[in-house]
Amino acid sequence: MSAVLREEPVPDTVLDVQELSVDIATPHGPLRAVRDVSFQVKRGETLCIVGESGCGKSITSLAVMSLLPAAATRRAKQLSLLGEDLLKATPKRVNALRGNRMAMIFQEPMTALNPAYTIGDQLMEVHLVHRGGGAAKARERAIELLGKVGIASAGERLGQFPHQLSGGLRQRVMIAMALMCGPELLVADEPSTALDVTIQAQILRLLADLQSDLGIAMVLITHDLGVVARIAHRVAVMYAGEIVEEGTAESVFASPRHPYTRGLLSCIPVPGRTERGGRLGTIAGVVPSLIGDIRGCSFRDRCAYARPECAVAVPVRREGAHAWRCIHHELPAERPEDAQRP
Amino acid sequence: MVGYVLKRLGLAILVALAVSMIAFLLLRLSGDPAIALAGEGARQADIELIRKTYGFDRPLPVQYVEWLGKTVRGDFGESVYFRSPAAPLIFSKLQTTMMLGVFALAFALFISVPLGVAAAVYRNSWIDRLCLALAVVGQALPNFFFALLLIMIFSIWLRWLPVSGSGTWQHFVMPTIALGYYAAPAFMRLIRAGMIEVLEADYIRTARAKGLPATQVIFKHALRNAVVPVVALAAVQLGFLLGGSVVVETIFALDGLGYLAYQSITFKDFPVMQNIVLLLSVIYVVLTLASDIANAWLDPRIRVA
Amino acid sequence: MASSMDVAAVALEPGGLTTLAAPGLARRVWKNKAVVVGVGLLLLIVILGVFAPLFAPYDPYVQNLENRTVPPFWYDGGSWVHPLGTDPLGRDYLSRLFYGARISLLIGISVAIMSGLIGTTMGMLAGYFGGKTDLVVSFLVTTRLSMPVILVALATVALMGGSLWVVITVLGLLKWDRFAVVMRSATQQVRSLDYVAAAQAAGASTPRVLLGEVLPNVLPHLIVVATLEAASAILLEAALSFLGLGVQPPLPSWGLMISEAKSYMFFSFWLIALPGAALAVLIFSINLAGDGLRDLLSPEGRA
Repeated sequence: MSAVLREEPVPDTVLDVQELSVDIATPHGPLRAVRDVSFQVKRGETLCIVGESGCGKSITSLAVMSLLPAAATRRAKQLSLLGEDLLKATPKRVNALRGNRMAMIFQEPMTALNPAYTIGDQLMEVHLVHRGGGAAKARERAIELLGKVGIASAGERLGQFPHQLSGGLRQRVMIAMALMCGPELLVADEPSTALDVTIQAQILRLLADLQSDLGIAMVLITHDLGVVARIAHRVAVMYAGEIVEEGTAESVFASPRHPYTRGLLSCIPVPGRTERGGRLGTIAGVVPSLIGDIRGCSFRDRCAYARPECAVAVPVRREGAHAWRCIHHELPAERPEDAQRP
Repeated sequence: MVGYVLKRLGLAILVALAVSMIAFLLLRLSGDPAIALAGEGARQADIELIRKTYGFDRPLPVQYVEWLGKTVRGDFGESVYFRSPAAPLIFSKLQTTMMLGVFALAFALFISVPLGVAAAVYRNSWIDRLCLALAVVGQALPNFFFALLLIMIFSIWLRWLPVSGSGTWQHFVMPTIALGYYAAPAFMRLIRAGMIEVLEADYIRTARAKGLPATQVIFKHALRNAVVPVVALAAVQLGFLLGGSVVVETIFALDGLGYLAYQSITFKDFPVMQNIVLLLSVIYVVLTLASDIANAWLDPRIRVA
Repeated sequence: MASSMDVAAVALEPGGLTTLAAPGLARRVWKNKAVVVGVGLLLLIVILGVFAPLFAPYDPYVQNLENRTVPPFWYDGGSWVHPLGTDPLGRDYLSRLFYGARISLLIGISVAIMSGLIGTTMGMLAGYFGGKTDLVVSFLVTTRLSMPVILVALATVALMGGSLWVVITVLGLLKWDRFAVVMRSATQQVRSLDYVAAAQAAGASTPRVLLGEVLPNVLPHLIVVATLEAASAILLEAALSFLGLGVQPPLPSWGLMISEAKSYMFFSFWLIALPGAALAVLIFSINLAGDGLRDLLSPEGRA
């Protein structure tokens, strides 16, 4: 795997999520997009939530930020930022926290900035709203952050409009914008996906550097295991609205316990290990419908190790900081046939 | 930006010329203009004299060019009815009509912008339905009928406002409402549609994620982008309002261009009639040009290419 | 960036005939209250107008100077003999309203057809061929848009004498602009679709392609614009007649009725209120039906 880019985290829980569920109203009944998801993120730590499209990872991030669409309902046993309960917070309080203590960056830098206003205006307004202080201070801070995200001639850039910047530059501006008020939590929803491959690496490096520099807690949503390998301290694997495996990046990559995780890892070509011309793994089947009652393990229809008990209930197993939802404590050693099933 | 402006200017000039041709030909609709000018029961000799004096015996294109030349230089001929030069007469009334048009537009925007924003923000709620209902009802009322209703309520019953005339600002209140209300539903729908589309945009989600207060999100970020087509429509609507002022000015005897147009038409004062049509058309062309330019300026992608 | 052409264009949603033809049309029509109410009201007015001789209790032109300005039945002095009263010349108002519906409907339909033919042809040609044709049509539309319709109509009527057919002709020759703009956009959208290419590949002549492939698919947009223009024409005629330069007396045009009653309005408010309300209801029903139709056309339902 590529070189790791992170340092040891300092313990102090920034985000505490327990049994978070999100239902989306549809004409056919509520769609249970996120089901009893729990995780914590500590200061200076990066948690990657990884999963395929539609697994509910983006909705989870929106739920944390209270940015869900109107058709969605959110429930949780606990959802707190630095000890403050976000579930009970008033809209005014939530607004005061957003952009200030908790910030989010999104996938599409091309459309995430308002085309009608300058970069400087959009950077400064966050500071002005949350920190007051006047335009001069805001401008100073904006220039400081543009420098931190690696944008040269920051002063000039302030007067430019979004359409004058490339995708990579825009994403850097988005990151700077998120950091204007020095938040403790940064939620990043696929921040590098829409960018060129070479730029992707730069952005991820930037995020890792900023984190070790500023000590912020980061939740990074992605579908790309390569991203996870680069930047994560902890990983949470999501499938069909649930977290099916969670642990430190090392332990999850080294010994995946959930059949889905194992399937995911076998899909990636590994230089040196995967034979040229050999088959990559796939996971047969499709994600089950999330409407209506869901009992038992949602992966069982696609699982090579499924047993009748899987249809009824699935226990959560732990080993140290590594946890997974499976009937099996340990999967049989990887069979070559599994990696090559069409 | 400069290139864009020049192109638009060129087009505007061409359109203005085309319109002038139509205005010129309009007069010829009734047949022989010499007869029309001579009036009823004129003798053949008088008709011939008029024909020679006004140059009606020359080929049409020549007449057009000459007429255009005079008009451009401010010579609109003489009013048959008022027996005085047409140009000063027309321009003296223009100010009143322009004021009425601008007030009416302002009134229309004043009621339509908040309603449109509210309808979009509270989409599909009772507020939305109420606004749309108002829009449909507003567009169903004929403006002359609405004007009469206003007179009944505000002049006769409440006695707050004068029925007709044009002396004071009070004389402008009802005409402004009567002229402006009809434009409001179109603006309201445009703003509603624009806001609904803009509110779905990614940059609005970013604004919310930054913790900006809702009013800032709606008015600074959303409306600014939704308003662009409204500016274009506003200029176009002003043109319509100016042209449509005939009915309202006539009902309220407001001494503007519309009322003059009505009088000139009724009394067959062709030079005045022709030139009012031309003048209003040219104003409309200028307004459209201004709106194109404003549109381009509002979009930073064009302004700072 | 918007030129005046784009601004004047109605926003077009994709859809058209395929959306109309989708299963469940009857159910969707019923669910869409606007269409139901609008079309229902409209049908009522059409029936009253077309069968006016059957419904009207009196001849609308017969004057009865002994029964001048009788109020409707809900006032003192009114009675069911003349349910909606009489006008200053003793003519029964209810009958005049029914016959007036004929005039408004005739105006609306005729103008819509005439301007529709002109504008649709121009728009379809411009949208289909693009290039120079498009430039010419766009220029013509911009020029037409620059001219104040009501003034030009007034002037023309004044020069040629006022009558029902002059009004229809003038309005028909002036109000084609929206047809041209909308049909142009719709044709452009449809032009690049597969079945058009297929027809062209099969060697169909241009008129055949236009009439056979393009027209059926832009038809729904055409209908929506036609309803809007019909309503607008009715209002214009009413305004022209109100100013004395439209339909001439003794025809019972609603606009003319309001004008004739103007000086009596302070004492006999119903004289202007009834025709005014009739106009409003007619326009309302047309607009409602048109709006509902537009909603039905867009695949997602609500625009």
